[in-house]
Amino acid sequence: MEIFIGFLCAVLLTVLLVQIAKARELATAVRADHNEEYEVNKLQAGMGVVFMVLFLVACVVSFIYYAPYVLGWGVNTAASEHGPMVDSLFNTTLLVTSIVFFATQFALFWFAWQYRGRKGHKAIYWSHNDQLEMVWMIVPAVVMTFLVVQGLQAWNTIMVDEGDHDIEIEATGYQFAWEIRYPGRDNMLGTKDFRKIGGKNTLGQDWTDAKNIDDVVASDIYLPVGKKIRVRITAKDVLHNFYLPQFRVKMDAVPGMPTYFIFTPTVTTDSMRRRLSASPDWQVADKQDDTKKRYETFDYELACAELCGKGHYSMRRVIKIVSQEEYEAWLDKQEANSTYMSIVRNLTDEEKAKGKVEDPFASTTKGELLFEKLVAIKDRVNTQLKSLNDALIVAKKAKNAAEVTKIEAAIVAMQAQQRIARITNNLEEANTAEREANRIASQVMQANLTTTDNAVIDSTAVPLDSTANKIQ
Amino acid sequence: MADTTILEKDLHGAHAHGEHGHDDHDHHGDRYQSAFIDNYMFSMDHKTIAKQFLITGMFWAIIGAAMSIIFRLQLGFPGADMSWLQPLLGGWINIDPATGTGTLSQEFYYALVTMHGTIIVFFVLTAGLSGTFSNLLIPLQIGARDMASPLMNMLSYWFFFLSGLVMFISLFLNTGPFSGGWTAYPPLSELPQASDGSKAGATMWIMSLVLFVVSVLLGGINYITTVLNMRTKGMSMFRLPLTIWAFLVTAIIGLLSFPVLASGFFMVMLDRTLGTSFFLNEIYIADTALTERVGGSAILYQHLFWFLGHPEVYIIILPAMGIVSEVLATHARKPIFGYKAMVFSILAIAFLSFIVWAHHMFMTGMNPFISNIFVIFTLIIAVPSAVKVFNWIATVWGGAVRFNSAMLFSLGFVSMFISGGLTGIFLGNAAIDIQQHDTYFVVAHFHIVMGVAAFFGMYAGVYHWFPRMYGRFMNEFLGKLHFWGTMIGAYCVFGPMHYLGMAGVPRRYYSFETFNAFSEFDAMNQFITIAAIITFFFQILFVVNFFYSIYKGKKQTEMNPWEATTLEWTAPIHAGHGNWEGAIPHVHRWPYDLSRYEDREFIPQTEPLKEGEKDGGH
Ligand code: HEM
Ligand SMILES: [Cu+2]
Ligand SMILES: [Cu+2]
Ligand SMILES: [Cu+2]
Repeated sequence: MEIFIGFLCAVLLTVLLVQIAKARELATAVRADHNEEYEVNKLQAGMGVVFMVLFLVACVVSFIYYAPYVLGWGVNTAASEHGPMVDSLFNTTLLVTSIVFFATQFALFWFAWQYRGRKGHKAIYWSHNDQLEMVWMIVPAVVMTFLVVQGLQAWNTIMVDEGDHDIEIEATGYQFAWEIRYPGRDNMLGTKDFRKIGGKNTLGQDWTDAKNIDDVVASDIYLPVGKKIRVRITAKDVLHNFYLPQFRVKMDAVPGMPTYFIFTPTVTTDSMRRRLSASPDWQVADKQDDTKKRYETFDYELACAELCGKGHYSMRRVIKIVSQEEYEAWLDKQEANSTYMSIVRNLTDEEKAKGKVEDPFASTTKGELLFEKLVAIKDRVNTQLKSLNDALIVAKKAKNAAEVTKIEAAIVAMQAQQRIARITNNLEEANTAEREANRIASQVMQANLTTTDNAVIDSTAVPLDSTANKIQ
Repeated sequence: MADTTILEKDLHGAHAHGEHGHDDHDHHGDRYQSAFIDNYMFSMDHKTIAKQFLITGMFWAIIGAAMSIIFRLQLGFPGADMSWLQPLLGGWINIDPATGTGTLSQEFYYALVTMHGTIIVFFVLTAGLSGTFSNLLIPLQIGARDMASPLMNMLSYWFFFLSGLVMFISLFLNTGPFSGGWTAYPPLSELPQASDGSKAGATMWIMSLVLFVVSVLLGGINYITTVLNMRTKGMSMFRLPLTIWAFLVTAIIGLLSFPVLASGFFMVMLDRTLGTSFFLNEIYIADTALTERVGGSAILYQHLFWFLGHPEVYIIILPAMGIVSEVLATHARKPIFGYKAMVFSILAIAFLSFIVWAHHMFMTGMNPFISNIFVIFTLIIAVPSAVKVFNWIATVWGGAVRFNSAMLFSLGFVSMFISGGLTGIFLGNAAIDIQQHDTYFVVAHFHIVMGVAAFFGMYAGVYHWFPRMYGRFMNEFLGKLHFWGTMIGAYCVFGPMHYLGMAGVPRRYYSFETFNAFSEFDAMNQFITIAAIITFFFQILFVVNFFYSIYKGKKQTEMNPWEATTLEWTAPIHAGHGNWEGAIPHVHRWPYDLSRYEDREFIPQTEPLKEGEKDGGH
C-alpha cells in the first residue's frame, strides 16, 4: 500500500514538474534576452559553489564519523604483521589523493562561478601553455613514482614465499563453506586428489601418503599468535576467495591450482576484544545476543570474496587467534579426529568392507604406526599430568604447603614434557619425554592417595560404560 | 571523393519537402525510401541509426536501473516484505506460507546483479553512448554525407538489437537469467551444476554478447574508416574536434580488444557444450569428480576477459571525455585548453589501457611478481588522466560559462571523474588491493568513475545535440532539476560505499547479516537505497523530458544555436540523408576559435583564414 502511494506521489510530482517546466519555458520564450541567461548563470554557478562547499564538508564530516572504519585508524588497525604496511600505504595514498581531490573540486566549481557568463564579461583566448602542461604532467608522474615504489616494496615483502613459515594449513572452499586442514605433527599436509573425494574423505586425501595420517580437518580454526602461517588455498568446485578482513589477507581459491597467502597474526582474539571494549561503538548490546556487549562477542571471521553462487554471502567461519599454549592444547584435542584414523584406520573390518575402504597400512598392526605410538605416549603423559593436577587439588585441600610447592614444581616440569609429547614427530624424543614424565610423577607420588582416588573413579566409569553397551 | 559526388546527385531534390511542418517527425530525406519501415527501422542514415542506438540504450538503462533498485531494496531493507513484487517477478519472490511475507530469492538476487552489470556496461554505456554519438557526430563533424558503409552501420544496430533481444528473452527462462556476475568467471559460468543461472541463462548470455561483439566490430570498422578516409577538404587530423578523436580511438580499442573477449566466450561455449576444458581443472561438484575435465586454467579466462575488460572501461569513458571536452569548450566560450595534450593523452590512455588489465587480477592467484609490472603501468595511466582533468579545469578558467544542462553535466562529469579516478590510485597499488579488492570500495570506484561519469557525458551530449537530432531543445528547467538530483543523488549513493569498503564489506553479498564485521551498516545501507530510489526518479524525469521535448520542446530556429564552430551546425535544422543540401562544407581552421578576436566570439571551421592569420592551437 505504501509502495503504491509512493508510486502515485512520484507520478504526480512528475506531472507537476512538467507543468512548471512548460510554464517556465513559455516565460523565457517571451522575454528572451541575455539578462535572463545571466541570471540563470548566476544561480546555477552559485549552486555549484554551494554544492562544492557542502560536498567537501560532507566528505570531512563523514570521514571523522567513520574514521574507526578507515584502515589503520582506531579499531580497524590490522591484526597481522604485514597489515600495517597495507594500512600505511593506504593512508599515504589517502593523503596525496585528498590534497588533489580538495584542490581540484574546489577549483572546478570556483572557477565556474568566477567565470560565469555575465554582462560585459568575455572569455579569454587561452589555447595552451606548454610549461604549465609540463608541470601538471611531471608532478603527478613524480607522485605516482613515489607511490609505486612504496607500494611495490610492500607488495613484494608481503607476497614473498621463502618457505620459512611456522605452520602451513590448507583452506578449501566449496559451495558454500570452507574446510580447514591442519598438517598435524609432521607439519606437512598430505597429498590429495580430487578423484578420491567421496564419502567421508571430503578432501580426497590420498591415504597411501603417510603425511596424511596425522592431518586433521578441523571444525574450528585456531591459530597461534606471532607465528608465520602459510595458508594453502584451494577450491573444489568454483572460484572462492579466502578473505580475512582484519588481517589484510585475501586470495582466490582456484580449483586445480593451489594459491597461498602468508601472514603472521599479531593480536589474539582476547586482546582484540579488549581493544574494542575501549571504543564506545563496541560497548553497545550485541545484535544477536543482547545479554552481551558487542565487543564480547567479537570474533575474527573468514569470508568468501569471490562470487561463487547463491550462497556466496554465507561462507562464514570463525577464527580464533590464541597463545601458543592454547593452540597446542587445542591441537592436542584435534588429534583424536585425524581423518585417516577415524574414517580408515579405526573402522572395523566389517565397516571397511561395507564402505569399500582400503587401508594401505593394514599390514601394520594396530597401534604400531608411528602416529599411533606418538598419540599413545602423549595420552599417557597427559594422564600423568592430570594425576599431578588432581594431587595438587588434594594437597591444597589438605593445606599442605610443602606438598603444594613440590607438586607445582613437578607440574611445571611435567608440562614441558607434555609439550614435547604433544608436538614431536620423533619417537625417540617422545619416549624420552615419557620416561622423564614418569620420573617426575614417581618422585611426587609414591603410592599417593590420589592415584587410588583416580582408580575409584575409573572403576565406576567402567560399569557405566558396560551397561550402556548392553542397552545398545 | 567520388562517393560524395554520387551522393550529392542522389540528394538533389530530396529537400523539396523541407517546409512540410512535420517537425515532430524525423526528416523525410531518402528519396527512394518513404515508408515508415525504411525511414525509421531499416534506415541507413547515420542520424537515424544514432537515434535508434540512443532510444534502445534508454530502454535498457531503465531496465538496468530498475533491477538495481530491486536489489538495493534487498540490501537496504533486508527482511522487508517483497510480496508486492510478486506480480512482476513471480517465482523469484519466495512467499513464506506462514506469514505471507515475500523475500527475494538468492539466486535471483545474483541474476539481477549480473544483468544490471551486463546491461549497463555493454548495452547502455557502450552501445547507447558510443553507438549514439559516434553515429551522430562522426559524419556531421568531419563533413561527410554518411558513414563509409551505411549498410554495415545499419547492421551494427540490428546486431545490437538482436543481442538485446536474446538477453531480454533470457530474463524469462525457467531457470532464470545468468547469475555469475558480469565478468562471468568460469568455472561458475560453465557448470550448470553450480548455479541455476549457469544453465540456459548462461548460454543465452554468451550468445547475446557474441552478437554484441559483432555489432561493436561492424560499427567500429565503420567509424575508423569514415574518420580516416572521409574527412572533408581541409579537415586534417589536428583539426578534428576532440569528440572525433575520442570516437576514433574508442573504435580502435574496441576493434583490438573485443575479438579477444569473443574468443574467450567461444572457449566458454566449447567448454559448456562440447566438453572441452579450457578453463576447467580438478573439479568436484554435485558429488561427482569431473575426471575428464582437467588441464584447463580458470585464470586464463580472466586474462582474456580483462584484456577486453579494462580497455572496455575506456571504450566507455573516452566518448564521454570527447563529448565533455567539446561541450565545455563551446559553453565556456573558450578553446579547449591544450588541444594537442588532450589528443596525446587520449592516445596514451588508449595504449596503456592494453597493458594494465591484470590489475583486476592481483588477488586471483596469478603469480604475484607479475603484478609488479601491472602496478607500474596502472599508476602511469593516472598521469594522462590527470592531464585531462587539469586541462578541463583550465578550460573553465577564464571562460564566460553558460550554465545550461549540457554544461552542468559536463562540470559534473569532471567532478565525478576526479572523485572516482583518485580511488583508482588506491586500487592500482596491489598492496592496498589486497584489502580493497572485491569490496564496496571497488564498487564505489567504478560506479563513480565509469558509471556515473559516463552517464554524465551521455547526458551532456544529449542536452547539447538534442537540437541536432530533433530540431527542438530539451526543457532546461527539467534538465537542471535532473542534473542536481543526479549529481547529489549519485554522490549519496556511491560516496558512503567507500566507507563500507574500508570496513572490509565484500561486494555481491545478498545479505550482510551472516558476518559480525559486515552487519553494522544497516542505517547506511538504508540511506544508500533511498538515495538510489530518488536518483532513479530523476532519471525518469529525464526520460519524460526527452520524449516530451521531441514533440513539444522549444523549436530550434537558428541553425547554430550554441554558436559553436564545428561542422554539424552548418547543416540545415532537419537535415536529410546526406546532411548538407548543397556542397559539403570545407574546413579552414581548427575547431576551437572561440573568443579569439575582440569582435568575433566564434569563428566556424568553414571560415577561411584571413591574410596572415595563423591557424589556432599552436
Ligand atoms: C586513475 C585511473 C584508474 C586506476 C588506477 C584504476 C584502477 C583500478 C583497479 C586496480 C581496479 C581493480 C580493483 C579490484 O577489483 O580490486 C579497478 C576496477 C575497475 N575500474 Fe578502475 N582505475 C582507474 C580508472 C578507471 C576508469 C577511468 C574507469 C572507467 C571508465 C574504471 C573502471 C573500472 C571498473 C569498471 C572496475 C571494476 C570491474 C569489476 O571488478 O567489476 N577505472 N580500477
Ligand atoms: Cu565462496
Ligand atoms: Cu563466494
Ligand atoms: Cu581496469
